[in-house]
Amino acid sequence: MTMRRLIYLLPILVLAVLGAYFAVGLGRDPQQLPSALIGKPAPQFALPSIEGQPLAFSTADLKGEVSLVNVWASWCPPCVAEAPMLLKIARAGVPIFGINYKDKPEDAKGFLARYGNPFKAIGADRDGKVAIDWGVYGYPETFVVDRKGIVRDRHISVITERDWQTKLLPLIQRLRGE
Amino acid sequence: MKWIFVALLLLIAVPAHAVDPREMLPDPVLEKRARALSAELRCVVCQNQSIDDSEADLAKDLRLLIRSRLTAGDTDQEVLDYVTARYGDFVLLRPPVTGATAVLWIGPILFAALGAVGIVLYYRRRRTDVST
Repeated sequence: MTMRRLIYLLPILVLAVLGAYFAVGLGRDPQQLPSALIGKPAPQFALPSIEGQPLAFSTADLKGEVSLVNVWASWCPPCVAEAPMLLKIARAGVPIFGINYKDKPEDAKGFLARYGNPFKAIGADRDGKVAIDWGVYGYPETFVVDRKGIVRDRHISVITERDWQTKLLPLIQRLRGE
Repeated sequence: MKWIFVALLLLIAVPAHAVDPREMLPDPVLEKRARALSAELRCVVCQNQSIDDSEADLAKDLRLLIRSRLTAGDTDQEVLDYVTARYGDFVLLRPPVTGATAVLWIGPILFAALGAVGIVLYYRRRRTDVST
Protein backbone atom coordinates (compact mmCIF):
# COMPACT_ATOMS: atom_id res chain seq x y z
CA MET A 1 0.00 0.00 0.00
CA THR A 2 1.23 3.47 -0.78
CA MET A 3 1.90 6.09 1.86
CA ARG A 4 -1.10 8.05 0.66
CA ARG A 5 -3.49 5.15 1.14
CA LEU A 6 -2.24 4.60 4.65
CA ILE A 7 -2.86 8.21 5.54
CA TYR A 8 -6.44 7.96 4.35
CA LEU A 9 -6.92 5.08 6.76
CA LEU A 10 -5.69 7.11 9.71
CA PRO A 11 -8.94 9.04 10.42
CA ILE A 12 -10.87 5.78 10.32
CA LEU A 13 -8.48 4.21 12.80
CA VAL A 14 -8.71 7.23 15.06
CA LEU A 15 -12.49 7.07 14.86
CA ALA A 16 -12.46 3.39 15.71
CA VAL A 17 -10.26 3.92 18.76
CA LEU A 18 -12.36 6.84 19.93
CA GLY A 19 -15.51 4.84 19.31
CA ALA A 20 -14.21 2.05 21.48
CA TYR A 21 -13.42 4.44 24.33
CA PHE A 22 -16.83 6.06 24.08
CA ALA A 23 -18.63 2.74 23.88
CA VAL A 24 -17.03 1.63 27.13
CA GLY A 25 -17.03 4.99 28.88
CA LEU A 26 -20.54 6.18 28.06
CA GLY A 27 -21.95 2.83 29.13
CA ARG A 28 -20.65 3.43 32.65
CA ASP A 29 -22.81 5.14 35.21
CA PRO A 30 -20.94 8.15 36.65
CA GLN A 31 -23.09 7.88 39.75
CA GLN A 32 -21.56 4.51 40.57
CA LEU A 33 -18.03 5.50 41.47
CA PRO A 34 -15.61 2.70 42.27
CA SER A 35 -14.76 2.85 45.93
CA ALA A 36 -11.23 3.87 46.82
CA LEU A 37 -11.39 1.40 49.71
CA ILE A 38 -11.72 -1.78 47.68
CA GLY A 39 -9.00 -4.22 48.65
CA LYS A 40 -8.09 -2.14 51.69
CA PRO A 41 -8.93 -2.70 55.35
CA ALA A 42 -12.08 -1.02 56.60
CA PRO A 43 -11.43 2.38 58.20
CA GLN A 44 -10.65 2.59 61.90
CA PHE A 45 -13.73 3.81 63.74
CA ALA A 46 -15.66 3.37 66.99
CA LEU A 47 -19.22 4.63 66.98
CA PRO A 48 -21.66 5.05 69.86
CA SER A 49 -25.16 3.65 69.75
CA ILE A 50 -28.11 5.73 68.62
CA GLU A 51 -28.89 6.51 72.28
CA GLY A 52 -25.28 7.42 72.97
CA GLN A 53 -23.81 4.29 74.54
CA PRO A 54 -20.14 4.06 73.53
CA LEU A 55 -18.68 1.40 71.21
CA ALA A 56 -21.91 0.12 69.70
CA PHE A 57 -20.14 -0.59 66.41
CA SER A 58 -16.44 -0.45 65.67
CA THR A 59 -13.86 -1.80 63.25
CA ALA A 60 -13.20 -4.95 65.30
CA ASP A 61 -16.82 -6.08 64.78
CA LEU A 62 -16.11 -6.53 61.09
CA LYS A 63 -13.64 -9.36 61.58
CA GLY A 64 -14.66 -12.98 61.70
CA GLU A 65 -17.40 -13.24 59.11
CA VAL A 66 -18.44 -11.77 55.79
CA SER A 67 -20.76 -8.86 56.50
CA LEU A 68 -22.48 -5.85 54.98
CA VAL A 69 -22.16 -2.29 56.23
CA ASN A 70 -25.14 -0.16 55.31
CA VAL A 71 -25.10 3.63 55.60
CA TRP A 72 -28.62 4.95 56.16
CA ALA A 73 -30.64 7.80 57.64
CA SER A 74 -34.26 8.32 58.63
CA TRP A 75 -34.47 11.36 56.33
CA CYS A 76 -33.36 9.36 53.29
CA PRO A 77 -36.38 8.15 51.23
CA PRO A 78 -34.47 5.46 49.27
CA CYS A 79 -33.53 3.94 52.65
CA VAL A 80 -37.23 3.39 53.25
CA ALA A 81 -37.47 1.65 49.89
CA GLU A 82 -34.46 -0.51 50.73
CA ALA A 83 -35.67 -1.59 54.20
CA PRO A 84 -37.62 -4.71 53.12
CA MET A 85 -34.63 -5.91 51.07
CA LEU A 86 -32.28 -5.51 54.04
CA LEU A 87 -34.66 -7.44 56.28
CA LYS A 88 -34.72 -10.20 53.70
CA ILE A 89 -30.91 -10.28 53.51
CA ALA A 90 -30.62 -10.34 57.31
CA ARG A 91 -33.09 -13.22 57.54
CA ALA A 92 -31.04 -15.08 54.95
CA GLY A 93 -28.23 -15.11 57.50
CA VAL A 94 -25.99 -12.28 56.29
CA PRO A 95 -25.03 -9.93 59.15
CA ILE A 96 -25.71 -6.29 58.34
CA PHE A 97 -24.13 -3.49 60.34
CA GLY A 98 -25.63 -0.05 60.16
CA ILE A 99 -24.03 3.37 60.17
CA ASN A 100 -26.76 5.85 61.00
CA TYR A 101 -25.75 9.05 59.24
CA LYS A 102 -26.48 12.53 60.65
CA ASP A 103 -29.68 11.53 62.36
CA LYS A 104 -31.46 12.48 65.58
CA PRO A 105 -31.93 9.56 67.98
CA GLU A 106 -35.74 9.86 68.01
CA ASP A 107 -35.91 9.92 64.22
CA ALA A 108 -33.59 6.93 63.85
CA LYS A 109 -35.53 4.91 66.42
CA GLY A 110 -38.79 5.90 64.77
CA PHE A 111 -37.48 4.68 61.43
CA LEU A 112 -36.47 1.31 62.87
CA ALA A 113 -39.77 0.91 64.67
CA ARG A 114 -41.67 1.67 61.50
CA TYR A 115 -39.67 -0.16 58.86
CA GLY A 116 -37.98 -2.88 60.86
CA ASN A 117 -34.46 -3.34 62.16
CA PRO A 118 -32.25 -5.64 60.07
CA PHE A 119 -29.03 -4.59 61.79
CA LYS A 120 -26.77 -6.70 63.95
CA ALA A 121 -25.38 -3.48 65.42
CA ILE A 122 -25.79 0.20 64.62
CA GLY A 123 -23.31 3.01 65.06
CA ALA A 124 -24.55 6.59 65.15
CA ASP A 125 -22.39 8.84 62.95
CA ARG A 126 -23.83 12.15 64.12
CA ASP A 127 -21.46 14.48 62.32
CA GLY A 128 -20.79 12.30 59.29
CA LYS A 129 -17.03 12.05 59.84
CA VAL A 130 -16.94 8.24 59.82
CA ALA A 131 -18.96 8.19 56.61
CA ILE A 132 -16.32 10.40 54.99
CA ASP A 133 -13.66 7.89 56.07
CA TRP A 134 -15.66 5.26 54.19
CA GLY A 135 -15.87 7.54 51.13
CA VAL A 136 -19.66 7.73 51.32
CA TYR A 137 -21.41 10.22 49.05
CA GLY A 138 -24.86 8.83 48.32
CA TYR A 139 -27.41 7.26 50.59
CA PRO A 140 -27.99 4.46 51.05
CA GLU A 141 -24.60 2.88 50.44
CA THR A 142 -23.69 -0.69 51.26
CA PHE A 143 -20.20 -2.12 51.64
CA VAL A 144 -19.27 -5.78 51.51
CA VAL A 145 -16.55 -6.59 54.06
CA ASP A 146 -14.81 -9.95 54.16
CA ARG A 147 -13.77 -12.07 57.15
CA LYS A 148 -10.49 -10.26 57.57
CA GLY A 149 -12.17 -6.88 57.66
CA ILE A 150 -11.15 -5.92 54.11
CA VAL A 151 -13.60 -3.93 52.01
CA ARG A 152 -14.38 -5.92 48.88
CA ASP A 153 -17.22 -4.04 47.19
CA ARG A 154 -19.42 -0.99 47.46
CA HIS A 155 -22.99 -0.64 46.22
CA ILE A 156 -24.54 2.78 45.86
CA SER A 157 -28.27 3.39 46.16
CA VAL A 158 -31.04 0.91 46.85
CA ILE A 159 -30.19 -2.79 46.68
CA THR A 160 -32.75 -4.29 44.36
CA GLU A 161 -33.63 -7.95 44.12
CA ARG A 162 -31.60 -8.09 40.94
CA ASP A 163 -28.54 -6.47 42.60
CA TRP A 164 -28.81 -9.04 45.36
CA GLN A 165 -29.15 -12.06 43.11
CA THR A 166 -26.65 -11.12 40.43
CA LYS A 167 -24.04 -9.13 42.30
CA LEU A 168 -24.05 -9.24 46.07
CA LEU A 169 -25.12 -12.77 46.91
CA PRO A 170 -22.58 -14.42 44.56
CA LEU A 171 -19.86 -12.17 45.98
CA ILE A 172 -20.77 -13.04 49.57
CA GLN A 173 -20.81 -16.75 48.77
CA ARG A 174 -17.42 -16.47 47.09
CA LEU A 175 -15.96 -14.57 50.05
CA ARG A 176 -17.33 -17.13 52.49
CA GLY A 177 -15.46 -19.79 50.59
CA GLU A 178 -12.13 -17.99 50.96
CA MET B 1 -27.68 57.08 32.31
CA LYS B 2 -27.96 53.35 31.81
CA TRP B 3 -24.21 52.83 32.07
CA ILE B 4 -24.17 54.16 35.62
CA PHE B 5 -26.69 51.51 36.54
CA VAL B 6 -24.65 48.79 34.85
CA ALA B 7 -21.46 49.99 36.53
CA LEU B 8 -23.13 49.89 39.94
CA LEU B 9 -24.41 46.37 39.30
CA LEU B 10 -20.95 45.21 38.29
CA LEU B 11 -19.45 46.72 41.42
CA ILE B 12 -21.74 44.80 43.73
CA ALA B 13 -21.46 41.53 41.80
CA VAL B 14 -19.45 39.00 43.78
CA PRO B 15 -18.01 35.71 42.52
CA ALA B 16 -20.34 32.85 43.29
CA HIS B 17 -19.12 30.42 45.89
CA ALA B 18 -20.76 28.37 48.57
CA VAL B 19 -18.30 29.12 51.38
CA ASP B 20 -20.14 30.43 54.41
CA PRO B 21 -18.26 33.21 56.26
CA ARG B 22 -18.64 31.08 59.37
CA GLU B 23 -16.60 28.31 57.74
CA MET B 24 -13.66 30.57 57.04
CA LEU B 25 -10.46 30.16 59.01
CA PRO B 26 -9.13 33.10 61.03
CA ASP B 27 -5.65 32.69 59.47
CA PRO B 28 -5.85 34.27 55.98
CA VAL B 29 -2.92 32.25 54.61
CA LEU B 30 -4.56 28.97 55.62
CA GLU B 31 -7.92 30.16 54.35
CA LYS B 32 -6.40 31.01 50.97
CA ARG B 33 -4.88 27.54 50.75
CA ALA B 34 -8.22 26.05 51.76
CA ARG B 35 -10.03 27.90 48.97
CA ALA B 36 -7.40 26.88 46.42
CA LEU B 37 -7.64 23.23 47.44
CA SER B 38 -11.44 23.33 47.47
CA ALA B 39 -11.39 24.60 43.90
CA GLU B 40 -9.37 21.52 42.92
CA LEU B 41 -11.70 18.96 44.43
CA ARG B 42 -14.79 17.74 42.68
CA CYS B 43 -18.07 17.64 44.53
CA VAL B 44 -18.96 13.99 44.13
CA VAL B 45 -22.65 14.68 44.64
CA CYS B 46 -23.05 17.41 42.00
CA GLN B 47 -20.25 16.13 39.85
CA ASN B 48 -19.56 19.14 37.69
CA GLN B 49 -18.88 21.54 40.53
CA SER B 50 -15.92 21.91 42.82
CA ILE B 51 -16.56 21.68 46.54
CA ASP B 52 -15.85 25.40 46.66
CA ASP B 53 -18.90 26.06 44.46
CA SER B 54 -21.25 23.29 45.50
CA GLU B 55 -24.09 23.83 47.96
CA ALA B 56 -24.26 20.12 48.71
CA ASP B 57 -24.06 18.97 52.31
CA LEU B 58 -21.09 16.73 51.61
CA ALA B 59 -19.25 19.61 49.93
CA LYS B 60 -19.61 21.65 53.09
CA ASP B 61 -18.35 18.76 55.22
CA LEU B 62 -15.33 18.38 52.96
CA ARG B 63 -14.63 22.13 53.04
CA LEU B 64 -14.61 21.98 56.84
CA LEU B 65 -12.47 18.85 56.73
CA ILE B 66 -9.87 20.54 54.53
CA ARG B 67 -9.71 23.46 56.93
CA SER B 68 -9.24 21.23 59.95
CA ARG B 69 -6.48 19.26 58.18
CA LEU B 70 -4.70 22.51 57.22
CA THR B 71 -5.02 23.80 60.78
CA ALA B 72 -3.50 20.52 61.98
CA GLY B 73 -0.48 21.25 59.80
CA ASP B 74 -0.97 19.13 56.66
CA THR B 75 0.68 20.25 53.44
CA ASP B 76 -1.49 20.86 50.36
CA GLN B 77 -0.49 17.49 48.92
CA GLU B 78 -1.26 15.73 52.20
CA VAL B 79 -4.76 17.22 52.22
CA LEU B 80 -5.39 16.09 48.63
CA ASP B 81 -4.03 12.63 49.44
CA TYR B 82 -6.33 12.43 52.46
CA VAL B 83 -9.40 13.05 50.29
CA THR B 84 -8.33 10.83 47.38
CA ALA B 85 -7.57 7.97 49.80
CA ARG B 86 -11.27 8.02 50.65
CA TYR B 87 -12.95 9.06 47.42
CA GLY B 88 -10.51 7.99 44.72
CA ASP B 89 -8.74 9.93 41.98
CA PHE B 90 -12.08 10.91 40.45
CA VAL B 91 -12.39 13.59 43.11
CA LEU B 92 -9.43 15.52 41.66
CA LEU B 93 -10.51 18.05 39.06
CA ARG B 94 -7.00 17.86 37.64
CA PRO B 95 -6.52 14.11 37.27
CA PRO B 96 -3.05 12.76 37.93
CA VAL B 97 -1.05 11.64 34.92
CA THR B 98 -1.12 7.85 35.14
CA GLY B 99 -1.22 5.14 32.51
CA ALA B 100 -5.00 5.22 32.59
CA THR B 101 -5.31 8.97 32.19
CA ALA B 102 -2.48 9.27 29.66
CA VAL B 103 -5.02 9.18 26.82
CA LEU B 104 -6.92 12.05 28.41
CA TRP B 105 -3.84 14.22 28.62
CA ILE B 106 -2.05 13.27 25.40
CA GLY B 107 -5.17 12.86 23.27
CA PRO B 108 -5.78 16.53 22.44
CA ILE B 109 -2.11 17.10 21.60
CA LEU B 110 -2.14 14.02 19.41
CA PHE B 111 -5.20 15.18 17.52
CA ALA B 112 -3.73 18.63 17.00
CA ALA B 113 -0.57 17.02 15.64
CA LEU B 114 -2.55 14.76 13.31
CA GLY B 115 -4.53 17.74 12.13
CA ALA B 116 -1.35 19.69 11.45
CA VAL B 117 0.07 16.78 9.46
CA GLY B 118 -3.16 16.58 7.50
CA ILE B 119 -3.03 20.28 6.65
CA VAL B 120 0.59 20.10 5.54
CA LEU B 121 -0.11 17.13 3.29
CA TYR B 122 -3.16 18.84 1.80
CA TYR B 123 -1.22 21.95 0.84
CA ARG B 124 1.68 19.88 -0.46
CA ARG B 125 -0.69 18.01 -2.76
CA ARG B 126 -2.38 21.19 -3.94
CA ARG B 127 0.93 22.66 -4.91
CA THR B 128 1.92 19.62 -6.99
CA ASP B 129 -1.52 19.59 -8.67
CA VAL B 130 -1.39 23.27 -9.51
CA SER B 131 2.04 22.94 -11.09
CA THR B 132 0.86 20.40 -13.68
